[in-house]
Amino acid sequence: MTPLPADPSRPLLEVRGLRTVFHTLAGAYPAVDGVDLSIARGEVVGLVGESGSGKSVTGFSLMRLVDPPGEIVAGEVLFEGRDLLSLPESEMRAIRGDRIAMIFQDPLMTLNPVLTIGEQMIEAVTEHHGVGERAARARAVEALGQVGIASAAERLRQYPHEFSGGMRQRVAIATAMLNEPDLIIADEPTTALDVTIQGQILHEMQTLCEASGTALLWITHDLGVVAELADRICVMYSGRIVETGSADAVLDAPRHPYTAGLLGSVPSVNAPGTRLHQIDGAAPPLSARPTGCPFRTRCGNVLPVCAEIDPPLVGPVPGRGWRCHNPMPERDAA
Amino acid sequence: MTPILEARSLVKRFSRKPDIAMRLLALAGRPVDRRTVHAVEDVDLAVAPGEVVGLVGESGCGKSTLGRALAGLHPPTSGEVVYRGKPVRELTKAERLAYTLEVQLVFQDPYASLNPRRTVRQIVGEALGVHRLAPRGEIAERVEAALAEVGLDASYASRYPHEFSGGQRQRIGIARALAVDPRFLVCDEPVAALDVSVQAQVVNLFMDLRETRGLTYLFISHDLGLVRHICDRVAIMYLGRIVEEGPAQALFSDPQHPYTAALVAEIPDVRRRKRRFTPIAGEIPSPMAPPPGCAFHPRCPHAMPVCRETRPALAPVAAGRQAACHLHTAPGASPAAISTTVGVPAP
Repeated sequence: MTPLPADPSRPLLEVRGLRTVFHTLAGAYPAVDGVDLSIARGEVVGLVGESGSGKSVTGFSLMRLVDPPGEIVAGEVLFEGRDLLSLPESEMRAIRGDRIAMIFQDPLMTLNPVLTIGEQMIEAVTEHHGVGERAARARAVEALGQVGIASAAERLRQYPHEFSGGMRQRVAIATAMLNEPDLIIADEPTTALDVTIQGQILHEMQTLCEASGTALLWITHDLGVVAELADRICVMYSGRIVETGSADAVLDAPRHPYTAGLLGSVPSVNAPGTRLHQIDGAAPPLSARPTGCPFRTRCGNVLPVCAEIDPPLVGPVPGRGWRCHNPMPERDAA
Repeated sequence: MTPILEARSLVKRFSRKPDIAMRLLALAGRPVDRRTVHAVEDVDLAVAPGEVVGLVGESGCGKSTLGRALAGLHPPTSGEVVYRGKPVRELTKAERLAYTLEVQLVFQDPYASLNPRRTVRQIVGEALGVHRLAPRGEIAERVEAALAEVGLDASYASRYPHEFSGGQRQRIGIARALAVDPRFLVCDEPVAALDVSVQAQVVNLFMDLRETRGLTYLFISHDLGLVRHICDRVAIMYLGRIVEEGPAQALFSDPQHPYTAALVAEIPDVRRRKRRFTPIAGEIPSPMAPPPGCAFHPRCPHAMPVCRETRPALAPVAAGRQAACHLHTAPGASPAAISTTVGVPAP
């Protein structure tokens, strides 16, 4: 497959109206319920949400890796202008791991325990490019070196269980970077790691993506990491993107009460020793989503209209918007 | 004031018990693998009544083992746990019971720490019945009071753990601890498994309980932002030892150990944008084979020859503050270097 020539005016990835449902005996529940998202070349986009918000299912849907009982039922995923959702599986396979790669919270999800690191990394190169094993091995050694793994040639002979958690995540990143993809979807890749190791992984992702112009979709619940890493932020709640904009706009001047609530509950923005601002209650399960706005049962700004009409995305400029009938007052982004 | 709980030169090691294959191989002359995990090494820590002390470190540093040893779940290998001025091993039967009840634990995983086959009433009321703290007829009432205190409805008492969300389960775990009227809670990563919006609710509950019950806390966590927010005093652990200890605000604003400085620099901050990540290099060494000298020296950008040979003692460095680092004592070394610990690129 030859990639289409890059058009700088077009986003690298454009998602429109993505809807992924899970079929259960009681009916089909939408985990992703009409998500619009765009990522430019080289951009870092943070997709923030709590468990059950649909952020991971969104990531899997972009890669067309949703297994039954899940099913992508609507929407478009335009990658360089082509709809990934309508590609034959063989063409999708050519894109996965080559143009778009994915990294998970648990690196053992991507690493095969019964193959050496070398066998897996070499296959990832030869599968997509007509190069010999020697060239592929050289590329694997180079990629491991880039993520700070010493004596890479020897470590290629080892199995995943012989690596520590942080090292495994480095191997997963090196594998994702092998073919210098245009986009990496990273699903909570540092959540299970210690803080000093998290810093190392963030440093390596940041350096590598900048060097190769790789765009990054960073899926996480951690606002702190996203604030420090992302150009733009999308906040998900109950299957929808409820607020989107530049990192400065979303974090300094949030308009959706959920975003404002999440930010208010971060300890560092509260005076030491005081009660934290809290959002009451818990996110509703997919099977019991309230009518109208799904956040209204926990919202401090709730109006009667919230129970009736699901708020549409509104905003002053393209790329900045929120779904709320009674948004937080306007503030200036720093 | 006499501390409620104290660790004195506390050591806890875990040795591998030789299994049958190893014993057979030993008979055949193969040396037995006697590797020992040095989980807690020579720790002194005192918690005064009413204090909230944070115990911070990365996985494997021994913070949970220290917390469990203080709560009496692990007998120390050597050294002592001291309860209200008296070593635990010298307590009379009545004092021992008071210690057991006054010091309660709240665990990290609200899924694993509640028996799935028992109702909330049985879980929260069990200790009351076992220790005959309340007449049978009053247990239900006490359970309901404990549930109300953590913000759960009395009607939940007849339900089972699987019917609750993570945040609600953690509240049940707290209610279980509160039922026996404790004075001291050892909280081991109590909000790490919870969603961000629910974390704040549970943290607020801990802060409210401190007010209403005058509770003392040992708060074990890897989340430095949270520890800075709720703790009066903080101890930083690395590979089984406390490397720095002091008042929370001073410790976070002006670290006196390079490891603390590295941790503080990595606290994610929502006010910081487009940061250049320049972390400290290397990984935590295995607690089965700690490096000689200062355990942090392989990762420390300021390591000097002395750090490879002699372990620095935890010693006072300022009023109410202690640190274990040669930069404070070695001739020609300057503790001012500690604040420059980060900014050193990873290899």
